[in-house]
Amino acid sequence: MTPSWKNVREDFPILNQSVNGKPLIYLDNAATSQKPKVVIDGLASFYLKDNANVHRGLHTLSMRSTNAYEGARNRIAEFIAAESPEEIVFTRGTTESINLVAASFGGSQLKAGDVILLTEMEHHSNIVPWQLIAQKTGAKIKYVPVTADEGQLDLSSLDKLLTSEVKIFAFTHVSNTLGTINPVIELCRKAKQVGATTLIDAAQSIGHLPLSVKEIGCDFLCFSGHKMAGVTGIGVLYGKKALLNAMPPWQGGGGMIATVDFDGSTWKPSPERFEAGTPNYADAYALGLSCDYIDSLGRKAIAEHDSRLASLAYNELSKLPGIRLIGPSGARSGLVSFAFKDVHAHDIVTFADQDGIALRGGHHCNQPLMKKLGLTSTTRASFYVYNTDSEIEALVKSLNRIIKFFC
Amino acid sequence: MSSDLTELYQQVILDHNRRPRNRGKLPQANRVAQGDNPSCGDQCKVYLNVIDDRIADIAFEGSGCAISQASTSLMTTQLKGKTQAEAEALYKQFHEIVTTGKEPEEISDVAAFAGVHAFPARIKCATLGWHAALNALKNGATTATTESHKD
Repeated sequence: MTPSWKNVREDFPILNQSVNGKPLIYLDNAATSQKPKVVIDGLASFYLKDNANVHRGLHTLSMRSTNAYEGARNRIAEFIAAESPEEIVFTRGTTESINLVAASFGGSQLKAGDVILLTEMEHHSNIVPWQLIAQKTGAKIKYVPVTADEGQLDLSSLDKLLTSEVKIFAFTHVSNTLGTINPVIELCRKAKQVGATTLIDAAQSIGHLPLSVKEIGCDFLCFSGHKMAGVTGIGVLYGKKALLNAMPPWQGGGGMIATVDFDGSTWKPSPERFEAGTPNYADAYALGLSCDYIDSLGRKAIAEHDSRLASLAYNELSKLPGIRLIGPSGARSGLVSFAFKDVHAHDIVTFADQDGIALRGGHHCNQPLMKKLGLTSTTRASFYVYNTDSEIEALVKSLNRIIKFFC
Repeated sequence: MSSDLTELYQQVILDHNRRPRNRGKLPQANRVAQGDNPSCGDQCKVYLNVIDDRIADIAFEGSGCAISQASTSLMTTQLKGKTQAEAEALYKQFHEIVTTGKEPEEISDVAAFAGVHAFPARIKCATLGWHAALNALKNGATTATTESHKD
C-alpha cells in the first residue's frame, strides 16, 4: 500500500517552521535526512528510562540497555538481509566503516603490486582511506571511468581493469553528485570471478532503495544512520562473517578482548572485535527505530516517490536557460545536480536560502569527478519522503529569479 | 527580493563579477600565491609584481562565487601601487567591513561588501583573494587556505 505522503510530513516536526520568513523547503537530504518524531522520542525515552552501559552489567538497566543494543543489531541484520547479527558492526558512520575495512582488511591483505579498484564517482570517503593504506602497503589504486555525458560507470573498461591483481573493488551504490544508481549485483558478480573482495558504499541508497546484501552478493557494505531518518554518530559495517573473523582488530580497548595479559591479548570474534570501548548503544537503538520507520512506509514506495520527484525536478529544471544538468538523463536516485555557466553554486544557495529553500552547493566531496566533468561546483537538490511536487515548483520559481538577477 | 540579498549583491559586486578587472596571468610576476577554500572548492591565484616594496602590478585567476570573484577583482584595483604595509591596512579595513557591516568614513567601492556581514558563511568567500595576496606579499609563493585562518 502506498503511504499517504502528505501525512508523512507530520512525522517530521522540524519541517513545520519558517526560514527567512518562508516555509522551510528542505532539499539537502543527500547530506543528511531529517529525523521523524518517533525516532527522536524513542531516543529520548531510552535516555529517560533505560540508559546504562551495555554488556557485563548484571543489573536491570544494563540488561535492558544491552537488549536494546543487541536488538538493534538484529533489526539491522534483518533490514539488509544479512545472514546473522554477527555480521553487523556498529561504527560512527560510512566513513568510519570504510576506514575500518581499509585499515584492517586492507592492512593485513594488501601487498605491493596488488590493485585496489575504485570508481571515478566515489565520495572522498571511499578514496582517501584507500590512498592511506595504499601508501603503507605499496598497493596501486585504479579507477573505473565514468562516462562524461550520462555519468554512468564505463562498464566496457571494467573487464580490462578487473584483473586477478585486484584484491578489493570498492564502489558506491548511488552517486551523491550524479544520482547514478550503479548495477551493484553485476559489479559484485564480476568481481567474484577474479576473486576480488567487494565493498559497497551504501550511504546514499540505504534509506532510499530496497537493499539486500544477500541479493547483491557483496562482501562488505557501509552506511550511516543519519541519511536514513536516523540520528547522527551511528553507522554500520556489514561484513561476511568469515571475512570479519579473519581480520585483525582495528582499535584496541575494552569489550573487544577475550583475554588480556601483560604480555599480550586475544580477541573476541566479530562484531565485538571491532567495537572497542563503550559503544554508541543509544544511537544504535535509535537506528533500529529508523529501520522500523522506513519499513512502515516501504522501501519500494520510498524509491518510487524519490525517483518520481527527481524526474519531475530534472524535467522542470531542464527548461531553465543556461542550465547544465549533471548525471543520467534516465533512471536516477532522488537527487538532481546542476550548474549554470554564469551563476556560481554558492550564490544560488544563498539566494534560495532567502526563499526558505535548503540546497547544497560545492564539490560534494567529489573533487576528482568534478575536475573530470570540467566543473568546480554544482548545486544539488536531493529529496526524501516528505518532499512534495509543490516544493519543486517553488525551487524552479526561485531559480528563475536568481537567473534573472545574475544574467 | 529580501533587503539582505540586495545589500549583499550590490551593483559594484555584480559589475566586478561580470567584468572582473586584472584577470589573467601576470608574466612579470615575482610573487604568486594560491587561495583555496576546501569546503566549497573555490580557488584563486594572485600574481604580484613587487618593485621596491610597492605592488607595481597585480592580477588574478580562478573560479568561484560572485562574492569571491568580485572581491578579488576589486582588491586588485585597490592594491595596485600600494606597499605591503598599506595593503595590510587596507585588508584590516576590508575585514572590519565584511565582519561588522560598518562602512568606512571615506567613500570607497569596498563599502559594497558591507552586506556580507549578514551572511557569515560568505565571509570566507570575500576574504579568500585578500589572504592569497597578503600571503604572496609576506612569503613570496604559498597556498592560502580558508582552513588555516579564521575567515
